[in-house]
Amino acid sequence: MNFVYQIYCYFNNIVHKITKNILVDLSYLHFLNQFIKSFRMDNKQINEILEKYPPATRENLIPILQEIQENGGYLSEAAIVEVGRHLQIPASKIYGLSTFYDQFRFEAPATFQIRVCRGTSCHVNDSVSILEEFEKKFKLKPGQTSRDGLFHLEITGCMGACGLGPVMQINDVYYTEVRASDIKDIIESTIHREV
Amino acid sequence: MSGQTSDHQNHEFWIQQVLMKDPAELSGELQKKLKFLRRDKVDKPVVTIGMNTCSLIAGAGHTMKEIRQYLTERDIQAELIAVGCDGFCAMEPLVTVHLPGKTRLSFKNITSDKVYFLLDSIFNNILPEEYVLCQHPDQDHELWKDAEFYESIPFYARQRRILLAHSGKIDPMSMEDYLANGGYRAYLRTIRSYTPLEVCEIVEKSGLKGRGGGGFLTGTKWKLAHSSIADQHYLICNAYDSDPGAFANRALIESNPHLLIEGIAIASYAVGTSRAYIYIRNEYGLAVKRLREAIRQASELGLIGHNIHGSGFNLDISIRLGAGAFVCGEETALISSIEGKRGMPRPKPPYPVAMGLFGKPTAVNNVETLANIPGILKYGPDRLKIQNQEQSRGTKLINLNGKIKYFGVVEVPYGTSLRDIVYTIGGGVKNAGKLKALQIGGPSGGFLKEEELDTPLDDQSLKSMGVFIGSGGISVLDESNCIIDMVKFFMDFIQKESCGKCIPCREGSRRMLEIYENITRRPVNENGHSTLERFKGVMQLESLAGVIRDTSLCGLGKRAPNPVLSSLRLFRNEYEEHIFDRKCDAGVCKELRLFYIDVEKCTGCAACTPKCPVEAIIGTKKHPHFIIEDKCTGCGICFEVCKFSAIYVK
Repeated sequence: MNFVYQIYCYFNNIVHKITKNILVDLSYLHFLNQFIKSFRMDNKQINEILEKYPPATRENLIPILQEIQENGGYLSEAAIVEVGRHLQIPASKIYGLSTFYDQFRFEAPATFQIRVCRGTSCHVNDSVSILEEFEKKFKLKPGQTSRDGLFHLEITGCMGACGLGPVMQINDVYYTEVRASDIKDIIESTIHREV
Repeated sequence: MSGQTSDHQNHEFWIQQVLMKDPAELSGELQKKLKFLRRDKVDKPVVTIGMNTCSLIAGAGHTMKEIRQYLTERDIQAELIAVGCDGFCAMEPLVTVHLPGKTRLSFKNITSDKVYFLLDSIFNNILPEEYVLCQHPDQDHELWKDAEFYESIPFYARQRRILLAHSGKIDPMSMEDYLANGGYRAYLRTIRSYTPLEVCEIVEKSGLKGRGGGGFLTGTKWKLAHSSIADQHYLICNAYDSDPGAFANRALIESNPHLLIEGIAIASYAVGTSRAYIYIRNEYGLAVKRLREAIRQASELGLIGHNIHGSGFNLDISIRLGAGAFVCGEETALISSIEGKRGMPRPKPPYPVAMGLFGKPTAVNNVETLANIPGILKYGPDRLKIQNQEQSRGTKLINLNGKIKYFGVVEVPYGTSLRDIVYTIGGGVKNAGKLKALQIGGPSGGFLKEEELDTPLDDQSLKSMGVFIGSGGISVLDESNCIIDMVKFFMDFIQKESCGKCIPCREGSRRMLEIYENITRRPVNENGHSTLERFKGVMQLESLAGVIRDTSLCGLGKRAPNPVLSSLRLFRNEYEEHIFDRKCDAGVCKELRLFYIDVEKCTGCAACTPKCPVEAIIGTKKHPHFIIEDKCTGCGICFEVCKFSAIYVK
């Protein structure tokens, strides 16, 4: 996996150096992103995770699903079926359970995970305007992924920086006191940094 | 003096020479050694920096990098320690510097660009006054001139820090720090000299009540769980901060994880279980990491595991990550989530103390409750007796947020008046604004007005006003906030998070949200039916809320209408304003905004006319335009398009 990722980064650098054009980079990045995701997880890896939880009981279901998602980025259909076979629970029940909880995803994650805090304090400090800006400028509603698979917008509970609200997080970078007018710059700088 | 405690000798030293002995018995030399370990005395400069999630968001990571770079560049022999957060989030990133012989100094808002200037001056014995927060005086050290004392800062002075005593001082990843401050001594004494029932009695006598919202006597709960006959008992620590505006539990865990582990260990002994679970939100990455490390260190020292120090008591603590459902903060829902099912509550009784996890007796306790336990066992049942408290004893962690000057996590004794908390500790409203209301307890809580601020912080007195402290979040709202919008926000939250098991909560919260959406919608092209829908706000909201409160299955549903009922009680005029006058004074409800064109400024460029989706702007070119009020939907497009700021909101 590391090897594949290195090639991926290497290609990105080359493309960036040659073109210096952000738009070309974007499509390329997306293509590579999809490519790398197809390598993410196979049955062997799922079985390795399953073996880590020795009593095949329902008690271990949620931790197993959490670990699969952590490694593979999302819960694929194959993974759910495999977990069901191991724990002797119908796949439909596992699907039902995983849709109950907000954490589980069933699509490959986007390159940039945008999380906007919707805690009480950020709401008081007008975090709605950020979400509106995303809808207006990027046609993104909370819970949606952009069509090119680059951005995924979601809302979260309190992140714990109440006085610095509204708080926004893109992958591992936090932005504080975000105003709707800042969004465009933040997104552009993020793309530039990552590519 | 790193966090590593791997060698055998070190274990022997801590267990045999420190923890097993009475504090008075320790030799003078050992006392001195402990003083250095506690960093009460230092022989080289010590720099600490708060590194909780809140600090990291404020930029503490960059500050730390910069400090490290500074120390290597100038070749200064100093210790750099990442500590937790002491609760004063408004001052993050918070850096302290302790020079040998001088008192410890705290500095506020040290972002990475201020590091060089700050350390340059402090290492040359010059006080950079604009950055100083306070100094921590004691008799062994020489005072700094012109630095305020810790006790004279109202934010700290009015608190009673029992749980937060070591937060922001000790390194949360270091076992030695916690041990040197007297940690795990109470636990070892408990398992060696008390029976489980005696522990229950001590805790019962102390008057400790559940801090999660239920308010049940903790000692009694343990006794009930202990006396239920079964082959296995369980203890669950509920670290699932469910309120979207509260993070006190996380702050406590991140700053001092060992305190929680010790509390859990003592509680497990009292309940008679060998299996304890910590159920924590999966978003709390840093807290989980620190808890895992704390558990690993404790088992290395043999404080959890099999036959702990010859007492015959076994304990295994495992962490379960919540998968993201608000309702899992409710104990029966939490139990089914650990069992691997959907987190849905079930009717009580039977209570978990009789039939809980896997059908066995289970005690479910909140983080704050369990963190109180080591102190009670260490200092006796009078530990929580703080002046004239009748109903609720001890202290409560409060999250101050919203439009407040000094936000953060504070610990105050029950009985403190809310005015004290907001104005003295919190420093009043941000930017000298006027306080409109306090929102207490998040989606399960309610509102209080300025006139009611003299109410003491107490379960009983607040309950009589229809407010639950719950998770301890206090949000300050000023004149720029709209109460209707706040309640709509909570309804939206509840409606999304309702598990869907019982009808009143599932359907009722949805209907309530619809009513709020109708109130805050602009009544354009309204026919008779939709007018009626809008007037439902006044007609049916109260009775609907009453039905949901009375018939819901779990605490989430029962308390869901609290924001509605308390806002109806206090801010009826605001409801009427929205419904009858169709306006929002605070200007928050966007669809109710009215736009006007300033005749003086409008040049008649007609940039707005084609953009208006409902053709509400009329006028001839080069002459001022007008907006037809009845047609306008309040979308605000014209406002953004106008280059001459001729359009204003009213």
